[in-house]
Amino acid sequence: MQDTRFNSRALLGIALRRGGQAGAVALLVGTLSFFMMRWLPGDFAYRIAAGRYGYDLVSAEAAEAVRRELGLDAPWYTALADWWLQLLRFDLGESLVTGHRIIDEVAHQLGHTLSLAFAAIALSVVIALPLGIAAGLRPRGWADRLGEGAAIALRAFPPFLLGLLLVIAAANLSDAIPAAGHGEAGNLLLPALTLALGLAAASSRVARESVARVVASDYYAFALTKGLSPRLALWRHGVRNAALPVIAYLGVQLAFVIEGVVILETLFAWPGIGHALVHAVFWRDVPMIQGTCLMLGLCFVLLNAAVDLACLLLDPRRRRGT
Amino acid sequence: MGRSLFMPGRRRWLAAGLASSGLAAWPRWLQAGPSVRALRVVGPWEITGLDPSRAGYLFSRHGVSETLLDIAEDGNPTPALATHWEVSADQRHWRFHLRPQARFHDGSPVTPQAVAAALQFARRKPGGMGLVPLEAIDAGTDVVDVRLAADFAALPAVLAHSSAQILAPASYSTGGSVRRVIGSGPYQLTGIEPPQRFSLARSPHWDGPRPAIAAVDYLAVGRGESRALLAESGQADIVYGLDPASWQRLKRHARLQVHSVPLPRTIYLKLNAGHRWLAELPLRQAISLAIDRAGIAHAILRDPQAAASQLLPPALAQWHDADLPAMGQDIAVARQLLAAAGWQPAADGIRVRQGAKGGERLALTLRTFPDRPELPIIAAAVQEQLRQVGIAVEVLLGNASDVPAAHRQGTLELALGARGYGIYADPMVTLLQDFGPEGGDWGAMNWGNQTVPAALAALQGPLRERDRHALRRTVTRTLHEELPVIPIAWNLLAAAVHPALRGFTLDPLERSYRLERLLWGEA
Repeated sequence: MQDTRFNSRALLGIALRRGGQAGAVALLVGTLSFFMMRWLPGDFAYRIAAGRYGYDLVSAEAAEAVRRELGLDAPWYTALADWWLQLLRFDLGESLVTGHRIIDEVAHQLGHTLSLAFAAIALSVVIALPLGIAAGLRPRGWADRLGEGAAIALRAFPPFLLGLLLVIAAANLSDAIPAAGHGEAGNLLLPALTLALGLAAASSRVARESVARVVASDYYAFALTKGLSPRLALWRHGVRNAALPVIAYLGVQLAFVIEGVVILETLFAWPGIGHALVHAVFWRDVPMIQGTCLMLGLCFVLLNAAVDLACLLLDPRRRRGT
Repeated sequence: MGRSLFMPGRRRWLAAGLASSGLAAWPRWLQAGPSVRALRVVGPWEITGLDPSRAGYLFSRHGVSETLLDIAEDGNPTPALATHWEVSADQRHWRFHLRPQARFHDGSPVTPQAVAAALQFARRKPGGMGLVPLEAIDAGTDVVDVRLAADFAALPAVLAHSSAQILAPASYSTGGSVRRVIGSGPYQLTGIEPPQRFSLARSPHWDGPRPAIAAVDYLAVGRGESRALLAESGQADIVYGLDPASWQRLKRHARLQVHSVPLPRTIYLKLNAGHRWLAELPLRQAISLAIDRAGIAHAILRDPQAAASQLLPPALAQWHDADLPAMGQDIAVARQLLAAAGWQPAADGIRVRQGAKGGERLALTLRTFPDRPELPIIAAAVQEQLRQVGIAVEVLLGNASDVPAAHRQGTLELALGARGYGIYADPMVTLLQDFGPEGGDWGAMNWGNQTVPAALAALQGPLRERDRHALRRTVTRTLHEELPVIPIAWNLLAAAVHPALRGFTLDPLERSYRLERLLWGEA
């Protein structure tokens, strides 16, 4: 058998590189979002008051009370320095609107967001791989052309519109698929499917390219020549080789996932980080924005690290560090 | 062959198992009959905090927390935590007798001390309690005494507002912020996940009749389309806050019950009456005459009844004056008024006139916000209707708080908003905030009128009903003629309800969902 142990140097490399990235991301994302919110027009105290008390009770008195309570007149550099110091203590502060500890809120939301992201990625692999393999085995065949057309159409749809169409279809065609909400089995299906269709559109094409390349390769020809059936040749020599670019491409697509999560969570009333971020922006809830952006940034790093590890697991050449 | 497709047997079984378990788990709630599961309520309102001044209305609507008084649909106070009350002749001293069996959800009795403490906490936060000219709140044995330093006739309405709800002493931290919502109503909180969700169960400490519905789940869903689809797909039992288009569509739904009730809420143009042009009454009248209220009501709100003929809707029977001439569109008169004021159309149709500083173009900004989804659409309609008489309007779509902020800065010209005159059961509280001597963030701006503030002040004192009526008429008529704000439409509260739910009614004051009256029947 091959040596299946991870090369410790390769593992350490991933850990150090991604760990360093995580630290830099935390500092950069938090600070950047701080300044972006400061540069936005409009009075902070009024926005926070509108978030807290709703449009019926937001008034100048409420806004001034918020300003006094939160010390919003303090100069920006003290607010930023406070946040940095808090971050050093792994403390994200409290939401200006709800008054809850951000770490608690984000921890709660993170579970929802991750389950949505993982479900979407898994679903996209389930959709993309068979389509990509079918297309790659016979380039320019009908499956390839059909897949290409569908991929272009699905990728061209913004997730928001695709989600809305799926919701309408689900609500009208079937009582069994919940249209929105969470907490009930099945609520995950539509938002995950929306995201997965967009992801699968791209990754099915990557899978197609990669399968086409494998099928055209010398080692694949040799496998067939030595007497393996096409099915067995694909399973033993094709799938793993073809999977690497697909998995690696998932890393590239994470930006699409994060962006999609922010939009779709609002559409489907999914209580994740993206949903919280949209609200926090409306309400100028700066610590909440910093906390959620930081978490999304860290997710990005973490998922990239997971992609690295998956590639390491699949590719024995990398494992041996050669 | 043991191996079909490209899958070895083990993996194939794994995949099949995953797929089937997913399918079995997913429609599980469909298998349970409606009467054994929790009632699912969906609305647009998010839980922005536990404090009564923030999302307290959600907890009072769901029967979690109570106020000292309740308000009947006719606007009169009715017993809640107080069974009865006495008022001194000068109306400055109110004595409230508490319900003796009332218990908070932690089992502790609702004591006069707890009530007085909760009201004191409410005074320090936004809400009506801050308006009350309070001298003292004293806790006696079984009674709470409220003493006023000045006349304030709207005290019952303020005490009945959700921001003055009474929570158990254990709810508050030492600083007065609310850590847990421990109310005294028929339902108690069993779980809460801000900002979207909470669940309720019948309180064992409730001293009234036992509600038929054992458990309730509330879910906040921000998008109107999503809410309507939840009702349609049967995923929610009661859906509040239907947008006009969805309301129209669901009314044609074969099985759903769709309820609606006029709400004491008015969509209106707030304007800066101190603005160099808007200070002139003819321009305000021309704007009012240019607006096609019937068209907006029909095409945008999908309800012909929604066109406002005056500021306060008929639901506020004490204030609405059916004898006033209805506001309506008359473009010819609007153009005459503008021409008489010296505004002449230029080549692009927008009017100009020679002012003190040379030629002026009749162009105004209009601020609005998307919290109520119909507002930006109505703003676009108003923009076009005003253009037709020669007034250019630039719509600024922003945050709700931009309106009070621009009011305070003095930069506001026009704003389109929706004002709830039933926020407090007595519209006088809102009218005092909006049309007092200084105007208000959501009401008059630089108006300078003395009649309305004087009438509102006089209404605070002890009066005969006939005099009250006359003063209210003065307020309504002056607002109608002087146009410190220009009413456009009245709002509707609409809800879609599961076909098997019995006993559903809508509260036009939006104080309560009356969950304790509901029961499951045959669909």
